Amino acid sequence: MEFCSFLTLDSFITDPLTHDFMRKALLMSSLVAAVCGFLSSYLTLKGWALMGDAVSHSVMPGVVVAYALGLPFSLGAFIFGVGSVALIGFIKQKSRVKEDTIIGLVFTGFFALGIVLVSKIKSNIDLHSILFGSPLGISLSDVKQTILISLLVVILLSIFRKDLMLYCFDPRHAKTVGINVIFLHYLLLTCLSLAAVVGLQSVGIILVVAMLITPGATAYLLTDKFDNMTVISVLSAIISSLIGIYVSFWFDLETGGSIVLAQTFIFLFAFLFAPRYGIFKLKKLFAGYK
Amino acid sequence: METINYQNFRIEAENICVDYNGKVALYDANLRLKPGQICGLVGMNGAGKTTFFNALTGFVNISKGKIRINGESVRSAQKDQTIAYVPQNEGIDSQFPISVWDVVMMGRYGSMNIFRCPRESDVQAVKDAIERVDLTDHLSTPIGNLSGGQRKRTFLARAIAQRASILLLDEPFSGVDIRTEKLISELFIKFKTEGKTILLSTHDMIHVREFCDLVLLINKTVVAYGETSEVFTPENITTTFGGISPDFLFGPES
Repeated sequence: MEFCSFLTLDSFITDPLTHDFMRKALLMSSLVAAVCGFLSSYLTLKGWALMGDAVSHSVMPGVVVAYALGLPFSLGAFIFGVGSVALIGFIKQKSRVKEDTIIGLVFTGFFALGIVLVSKIKSNIDLHSILFGSPLGISLSDVKQTILISLLVVILLSIFRKDLMLYCFDPRHAKTVGINVIFLHYLLLTCLSLAAVVGLQSVGIILVVAMLITPGATAYLLTDKFDNMTVISVLSAIISSLIGIYVSFWFDLETGGSIVLAQTFIFLFAFLFAPRYGIFKLKKLFAGYK
Repeated sequence: METINYQNFRIEAENICVDYNGKVALYDANLRLKPGQICGLVGMNGAGKTTFFNALTGFVNISKGKIRINGESVRSAQKDQTIAYVPQNEGIDSQFPISVWDVVMMGRYGSMNIFRCPRESDVQAVKDAIERVDLTDHLSTPIGNLSGGQRKRTFLARAIAQRASILLLDEPFSGVDIRTEKLISELFIKFKTEGKTILLSTHDMIHVREFCDLVLLINKTVVAYGETSEVFTPENITTTFGGISPDFLFGPES
């Protein structure tokens, strides 16, 4: 099967695997995609897309400060991620400004602080890799952090999977039957911050929100069952990561952007051809040929 | 002063107040309901009906007053699965990817372990509840594919599966078909004989006269409360709806 004049599909897939950095990038990005995809179902159903955007941008100064102090960057990112949400909540309670305005205001403020800090702190911080991700240049200590954080998020989400679904669907009922909704609220926020932290390595701060919402949105178009939605979301996230990295390798494209573009194309495909909710409803098309 | 035996009352709300960031939503509201009583909660939009429900379920905190459920705190009522809340159709996301079975199973979550693994008894309770609301043919139907009436019955089944002794229903008759309306009315009569206590909010005055032993008219606070035949008068209704005459609201026949 000819892919290009010089390239077979077989070598398209296997050639990059001979490089150590590619194997690492493919594995790490798949892991990160799986974590973000898992969380994505909850965020899209809860309507937290903007919150995801806010948290992921707000981690910027945390990453910079952590780098400058020689701390694990996930720690700094986590503190600022959760801090931004706390600040949003505080301003909302104490002022008459509407919530979406406050969210936009807080995360751009944090993001700007991060950019200013980068310019002031003279160190070898690579602004480009923070903003756009660098899955091909991931260091060993970053690998360890990513695996640890990913495991933590997956375990938390797995344990509280049903409670979180109930919290997204009907928090009032959850409260009425004695389930701690405040705990679930902060649990989801914590997972969001942690997922943003690992996600930014793959695609960078600016695009990490795509990892957190696009797979969930795609899955939402394809199924009416929550468990299936989670599975589809995770799978589409992993597939997009693999496609993105391969394509960026062969055609020398920005990796983070390629991963997110792959996700966007998969979403568009679902949007157009999803059996029940797509514009062209594939099921009906096939039914017509019978 | 007579001494109150708390065991006699299912719901006791004494002078409760609720405010949202300084805005008063409900003040000095009182309510006492016994087992087997059905009470209608009547008021305008924004009169505090949903707030009253939220206070009883513990979804919002009261800033003043006292609520006792079966003589105990709201917190222990939550733990005991005493209260079930049946939301308005508008109050839920009908596009949520979830089936009838899974919604009704949520009624059992409070009494399951942390992983919410259904036991044999939970499965049986869900089956029975779905049968009582006549949705056995729709076990795996996503709620988005149900009619308004079927969706209402799904949430009613969730309350039944929960085996709650108090049911709070937000507009149970709005947007439902005749069949559902008949089924709900029959269930109410059965609930009454089972000793359940029901508090329902409604806009439909005919339903109040038909089912409710008691009626609570509210407009941020209690306008009138008592036996439906005594309290549900045109004068009281006019006061509740801010001076608009009941003729205008419900037509000249009411």
